Amino acid sequence: MSGTVATAPTLPATPAAETLRRANAFQRLLRRPAAMLGLVVVLAFIVIAAGAPWIAPYDPAATSWSAIRKAPSFAHWMGTDELGRDAMSRLIWGARASMLAGVVSVAIALALGVPLGLVAGYAGGWTDAAISRFTDALLACPFLILAIAMAAFLGPSLTNAMIAIGVSAMPIFIRLTRGQVLAVKVEDYVEAARAVGNPHARILLRHILPNIVPPLIVQATLTIASAIVAESSLSFLGLGQQPPAPSWGSMLNTARNFMTQAPWLAFWPGVTICVVVFAFNLLGDGLRDALDPKEG
Amino acid sequence: MSAPLLAVSGLAKHFAVTRGFLRARHVGLVRAVDGVSFSINRGETLALVGESGCGKSTTGRLVLRLIDTTAGAIRFQSEDITRVTGTPLRRLRREMQIVFQDPYASLNPRMTVADILGEPLALHGIAAGAERAGRVQELLAVVGLSPHHAVRYPHEFSGGQRQRIGIARAIATEPKLIVADEPVSALDVSIRAQVINLMIDLRERLGLSYLFISHDLAVVHHLADRVAVMYRGRIVEHGAKTSVFATPRHPYTRALLAAALPPAATHGALRPAIQGDAPGNDAGGPGCGFAPRCPFAQARCHSEAPDESDAGATQRVSCHYWDQLPEARRGAYGPATESDRARLASLQQAFHRPTRSSTIAAAHEGGQA
Repeated sequence: MSGTVATAPTLPATPAAETLRRANAFQRLLRRPAAMLGLVVVLAFIVIAAGAPWIAPYDPAATSWSAIRKAPSFAHWMGTDELGRDAMSRLIWGARASMLAGVVSVAIALALGVPLGLVAGYAGGWTDAAISRFTDALLACPFLILAIAMAAFLGPSLTNAMIAIGVSAMPIFIRLTRGQVLAVKVEDYVEAARAVGNPHARILLRHILPNIVPPLIVQATLTIASAIVAESSLSFLGLGQQPPAPSWGSMLNTARNFMTQAPWLAFWPGVTICVVVFAFNLLGDGLRDALDPKEG
Repeated sequence: MSAPLLAVSGLAKHFAVTRGFLRARHVGLVRAVDGVSFSINRGETLALVGESGCGKSTTGRLVLRLIDTTAGAIRFQSEDITRVTGTPLRRLRREMQIVFQDPYASLNPRMTVADILGEPLALHGIAAGAERAGRVQELLAVVGLSPHHAVRYPHEFSGGQRQRIGIARAIATEPKLIVADEPVSALDVSIRAQVINLMIDLRERLGLSYLFISHDLAVVHHLADRVAVMYRGRIVEHGAKTSVFATPRHPYTRALLAAALPPAATHGALRPAIQGDAPGNDAGGPGCGFAPRCPFAQARCHSEAPDESDAGATQRVSCHYWDQLPEARRGAYGPATESDRARLASLQQAFHRPTRSSTIAAAHEGGQA
């Protein structure tokens, strides 16, 4: 624990030194090489997604009968797909759909799941029973089936797919949050917060929530990966990104049919998903540590 | 004599033990606190002593209205607060505070000391902005910490320092009553004297009253004005500290003192010590709660619960036979041999060290953290 350095038995730190020594969460994040790598990769993909029209060498939807399932070459760095579209251009354009699907759907899941979990865990009684049974019911359906059903109900589009994935991922967050709240709310410092006269909302947001963030971050980064894959499944069923617009998931899904003839079609989107998920995990781990004041 | 600051009568807290999913069945009742009455005057310290699980901490939380009472009444400053909720309850929180046993669990690890101490000031509209920061500095100084500690997080402090922060939080709103729930039992012996002295010092300076929950009789002897002994959710004996320590009447009090005293002082009638574990605080038989373990128990003790009776001017005891028990040695609380006396004297010296030097000691302690 590097934070104990300033309280070493030598001279007591002067107030000025004390202020200097204080690093905020962002500065602590900057000091973590792994987290920085994750952050750089994530930012890079955001730039790629945003700058797709300028970066992509070809139109991602332009087909060419003369270049069907060609192996990587100087003209097509990542080869071409079964309709002769440039794989790299599709990968670059696909970053838009996939990054959005990953981040937005998890944001939806967090935005819905965490408040419900907080209320369920803190209020207890009938509120908890109602929210928990609702969660159990949702968890009884497999994640993907639920997302498919919801996306089908909402109608095929990327936005609806993100909503469907977010809502389907929500019960995990409700349950996780509730469990964490149950563990934290019996802590003395929460009782102290009540004794001091905090209103319930403030106890929840100021005293409980910050102490349950670490497992939520870990779960969120893992869910981003599932969300990207789930979007691909929805696309495959025609419920997500609408063809011919690309997404990594839909590229992977089509490529599956040509694994032996054109393995590069599966390789690039697969590797990209792995890299992005790994980057989110690194970033999440770093964020979790950086938010912990004990990590100095 | 004006009305007491806090008056508790017939206070009870029963926890239902339920089983079943859709229709919860009551399968038992734990009488954690079962008809407790006491009062605390302004500036007075009442010590609540007893073994683990006897209901003393629950009593403290009932008084603070952190948990709801099953029966009985709590009057604070002549006002019935037994059922107060909402905004009036939050306003009441300003007047009564708590110091916890475990200084490692009672401070939010994600808040700086300035946030922890500033929160009560903000919530009760006591100070804002620069004034609040100033008050935080004052509070730190009062409990013997440095101003620059304000920006630190709890994990950067030692146990004794954390407990000082806990005390500073408790006095931030200038309360009248502080419930101290075993405030020193989690601390190193070397730190206890400092924290106890700080609490005594604050009592004098701020005119505080304490409900001091403890099982450490030495600390109680040092700091309390009156003592109430709890056993299985009831007060079995209470009275002025001097008389309870000098002439313990209830067999349980005797056993408690015997267990805590140096061997030489426990000769004679304080023995035999009690045997066995305390049964849980669930609904027992009709008799005295202590009867199953009491070395002096007779048939009547098992069938009839004793009422409280006066045992001297300042002492009350719940025992049928308190006046027929073999005489306990008078002045039993004290060392018997010369070497014991010397050890006690040096210990007491440590306790009586003036606050100023205990502040310095705290700074020293901080340096070693």
